[in-house]
Parts: sequence; C-alpha cells; structure tokens
Amino acid sequence: MRNALKGGGDKAIEKQKAIGKLTARERIIALLDPKSFHEYDLFVEHAAKDFDMDKKYLPGDGVITGTGLLSSHPVCIYAQDFTVAGGSLGWMHAKKITKIMDHALKLKVPLIGINDSGGARIQEGVNSLAGYGEIFFRNTLASGVIPQISVILGPCAGGAVYSPALTDFVFVVDKISKMFITGPEVIKTVIGEEISMEELGGARVHCEVTGNAHFYAESEEECFSQIKQLASYIPWNNTHKAERFPKKSPKTRQYKIDGIVPDDPKKPYDVRDVIKAICDDSDFLEVMELFAQNIVIGFARIDGQTVGIVANQPLILAGVLDVDSSDKAARFIRFCDAFNIPLVTLVDLPGYLPGIDQEHAGVIRHGAKLLYAYSEATVPKITVILRKAYGGGYIAMCSHHLRADFVFAWPLAEIAVMGPEGAANIIFRKEIMAADNPDEMRKIKVEEYKAKYANPYVAAAFGYIDAVIEPEETRKILIHALEISAEKKISSPAKKHGIPPF
Amino acid sequence: MAENKIKIKYSTFELDGVKYKTILPERYKTRKKYVPVNPKLVKAFIPGTIMKVFVRKGRKVSEGDNLLLLEAMKMQTYIQSNMSGKVKQVYIKKGQMVSKGFVMIEME
Repeated sequence: MRNALKGGGDKAIEKQKAIGKLTARERIIALLDPKSFHEYDLFVEHAAKDFDMDKKYLPGDGVITGTGLLSSHPVCIYAQDFTVAGGSLGWMHAKKITKIMDHALKLKVPLIGINDSGGARIQEGVNSLAGYGEIFFRNTLASGVIPQISVILGPCAGGAVYSPALTDFVFVVDKISKMFITGPEVIKTVIGEEISMEELGGARVHCEVTGNAHFYAESEEECFSQIKQLASYIPWNNTHKAERFPKKSPKTRQYKIDGIVPDDPKKPYDVRDVIKAICDDSDFLEVMELFAQNIVIGFARIDGQTVGIVANQPLILAGVLDVDSSDKAARFIRFCDAFNIPLVTLVDLPGYLPGIDQEHAGVIRHGAKLLYAYSEATVPKITVILRKAYGGGYIAMCSHHLRADFVFAWPLAEIAVMGPEGAANIIFRKEIMAADNPDEMRKIKVEEYKAKYANPYVAAAFGYIDAVIEPEETRKILIHALEISAEKKISSPAKKHGIPPF
Repeated sequence: MAENKIKIKYSTFELDGVKYKTILPERYKTRKKYVPVNPKLVKAFIPGTIMKVFVRKGRKVSEGDNLLLLEAMKMQTYIQSNMSGKVKQVYIKKGQMVSKGFVMIEME
C-alpha cells in the first residue's frame, strides 16, 4: 500500500516539484475540503502484456480517483499522476476514470478532472484509444446534467484534449498547462513550422487566442481558489438551483451607477463597472476574461441568488458582436440555461463587426449560435438596455423577440435599426444629395433622426421595452424581476434535441 | 472608476458612419488581410515534397490534366490544372520540399 501511495517514487516526484507542480494526490487534497477525500481503486493495476509491460508495476495505473467535498458540496474527482509512466492513459487508467465518471452521473454530483498526462500509453495500443473514447462518451452524456470541470495541470495532448473540450469549464495555469492536438515536433516535421510548446498551446494562448480555456491562473494555488469560487456560484446538478447566499449590497461608493456610462454613445466605458454597481458585494466572477473581450460573461449574485451575466463591452472594439464573442456568449448562455441560472443581459452595442475576415470566418453561422442560445433558454431572462442597441445586435442581445421575460431601458437608450448617421444617410439620401450644402443637410437630418428615433420610446410604444428606468433603479428592478420569475416554467415543443448551428 | 485613473489611449472605430472611441485588440489589428485568389497560380495547399513534375514551361494543358505529384501527410496527391492553357513557368523540381502557399506553377 505504501508503494501505491508513493506514485512514481521520489525521483519522479522531485522532478514534478521542480517545475512548480504538486503531485496528483497533493492537488486533490489542496483543492478539496480538509480530510474529505476518499480514494478508490488504489490497487488497480494495468493488465498489458506486450512490450515487457507485464514486468512493470504502475502504482494506481497513473491516476487517482475518489470522492470528496468542495466547499461542503460533494464531488467526484480524478487526477492523473504524471510521476507514474508520465500519467499515460492505458486501459485500466481509463477504466478508473470512467468508473468515477459513472459515479458522478449516477449520484448527480459535479465531476472534476485534473489532467496531467503525456498522452496515450503507446504500449497498450488501441486499448488506450478505446479508453479516450469511453471518456469522451461519458463527458457528452453528463453534459448539462452535472457540472464538469477540467483542470489542466501539465501536458494534455493529442486525443486527451477532447475531454476538457467537452466539459463546461477549463482551468489553466501559466507555464504548467499545455494543450494541443499535435505538438511542436510533429508540426515541425510535417509542416516545417517551428514554435515552442508555450506559444503553441500554453495557458495564455488558450485563454487569449483559442478560447479553449475559461480561467487563467499564475499558480496551482490560485487555480484551486478559482475553482472554489466558481463552485460557489453553480448548482450540484441540473435539478438544483445554485445555493443562495445572504444578500449584500453593492459597493456603491466605489461603483456609482449613474456616473459610469457616458451620455455620448460614442464614448467608451468599462461595462464591468456597471455589473459591479448592481451585483451583491460588487463581486463578479468573470469567465473567459481574456478572450473576445468585446463581450463580458460571468457569474454574480443579485439578492443572494446566482445570475449569469452577459454584457457588451464598449471599451473593446466598441462592444460589437463578432465570431468569437457570439461563440463565447452562446456557450455560457447554454450552461446557465442547463443549470437553472437566470440570465441578466446588459446591452450597449453598435451592431456586428464588418470585415471580409469576419464574413469568411462564418459570422453568420457563429452569430446564429447566440440567437439560438437565447431563444432556447427557458431560465428567467432579464435584459437592460444601457445605451445603444442597433440593428441585428438589438435582436441578438436577448430582446423580447427571443422571449426575454423583461426588457428594461435606461432613459438615454437608443433602440434603432442602425446608428443615426448611417440611417439618416439612407433615409434622407435624396434630400442630402439635392441640397446646396449636402454636409450641412446631412447634419440637420442626422439630428432630426436622433431626435425622433434615438430614444427608447419608439420601441416602448410597440411594447418591446417594458419600462424605461433610471440607472439607480436597476438593481431594485432586477431583484424584483428575478423574484417574480422564480417559478418560471415553459415547455418547449417535444423534440429529441434541437440542431444548433455548431 | 475613480481608483484607476490611468489614461487609456483610445482608437477610433467606425461603424455605419458613427465613430466610436474604443480599444482595438491586437487580434483585430493584426487580422489577416484578404488576398483575392489568382487562378493562374498553382500553390501548395499543404506543405510537402514534390514527387514528380509532369509539365514544362510552354506546355499546353487541358483542365484536369495532372501537373505534379505532391506527397504530404503520408499521402500522394495528383495536383491537376483547374484551367486549360499554357504553362508560363514551373518553379519546382522533383524532390523539392515546398511550404504551404508556395507558388509551384504559373499559368499564362
């Protein structure tokens, strides 16, 4: 037993520690509540015979599995042990993982997977491929039933990356996490391109460029505290609501709501300040903070209740919707919907990002994901239009037409088919062209259009806005809207499943 | 907010005639410029090795004729002409390694 607990032995452990990594068992203990971890299948051994494998003893077959408590919530957990044969995945290693996954799904508790593995155990051939497949299948089965969290604390390469990709949240740590399908060496041989592991699939790359990871940390310790924070916002499974916390007021001295958004729709501001001005204790857990920053997503509490927040970010790229921001928000919305988390949408956007690269990258298809996700969501949906909502962007950001339960607008909100300048140019083209001074005439017509249409009252006259509210009232009204929609239940038409554009 | 008074330099981003002040992310600034496809250039769609070249400068070819054989990713692929015409120039020879996008043959 002592042998099994030692993993790969002193030398391998020393190597692991030298690069700032904890051992697999230490990681589980650091993450879970003290003395709550119970390990299973410690004595499982591999059964491979080829390539002299029968002479090798691999403690626990390179993976630790068990159950425990995370901030008093029960969880199933596994951690690959890099000190044992590089954490390579063989058949019994995979069986241990799938067994704990089956447990998680049966017991309806969250699953946490700590990945630190060199990849498939080549000596076990097709059996290691089978192992991956069995894991992917279960990730998919569990999707939307229990929260699944992947923690990448080492290499995660080749087929192995698809398990995290199928889960809900991926945590990475700088200089430790490495994810890719084909590594730098293969790329060099086949394609002739040279790149370091860090540049190809390091933590920053996956947070900033690919959007594969959701949370970035500088150390394993920071990563574990992020996981605990996330766990506090989400329920155990899809039949529960997230735990309710004692309500707290926002830090209104620091985040004064009526001073954040400039009246001029062309001026930027940080929408996260608005979020912090309305949520409990001004505490906002941003998800995918570094990717597609023109949209902000994350969890907060309002009156003690978890909400998922989606907000355009005028600070970055004027807050436009594009391929990446649509994709980012759509997946988040689907998570919230699956786990009974009400959605609060804050709108301030000029429309979709124009460009050949966007069109060719499929902004139609990706933009459609956002429409799909909002339309499909049956959790309470509350929208606040802070300033401008133009064109397709107005529709996409959880308008009444996508069945928002409440749409509020601040007094300076502009709900229009496009910005006043563009609209005036089209509507009054003839007058502008015929004028002695077209520029002067354009200015007059823009002002005319602004006065008539750049306000929330045209949309309100059609009932597309339920109420025009003062910024200071926002939190109060959100609390009321959440309260009144707490028992919301809608049934969608009977179907096996929809076909979202992904 | 009040505590972070760092001056941010904003760029201008124009949409539908409206000029917004905002930050343009690096990825937006360095996005790939569109290059129209030139049907007269036969480029390598994947990096690989030239196994055989079937045409020479000045040779007349029909649409669908084999121009060369490219080996990449353990597969050999015949690269065929997408037009009928004359070969203007051949930039490759047998055994040569080509990178992705390398112009191998130019048609007149």
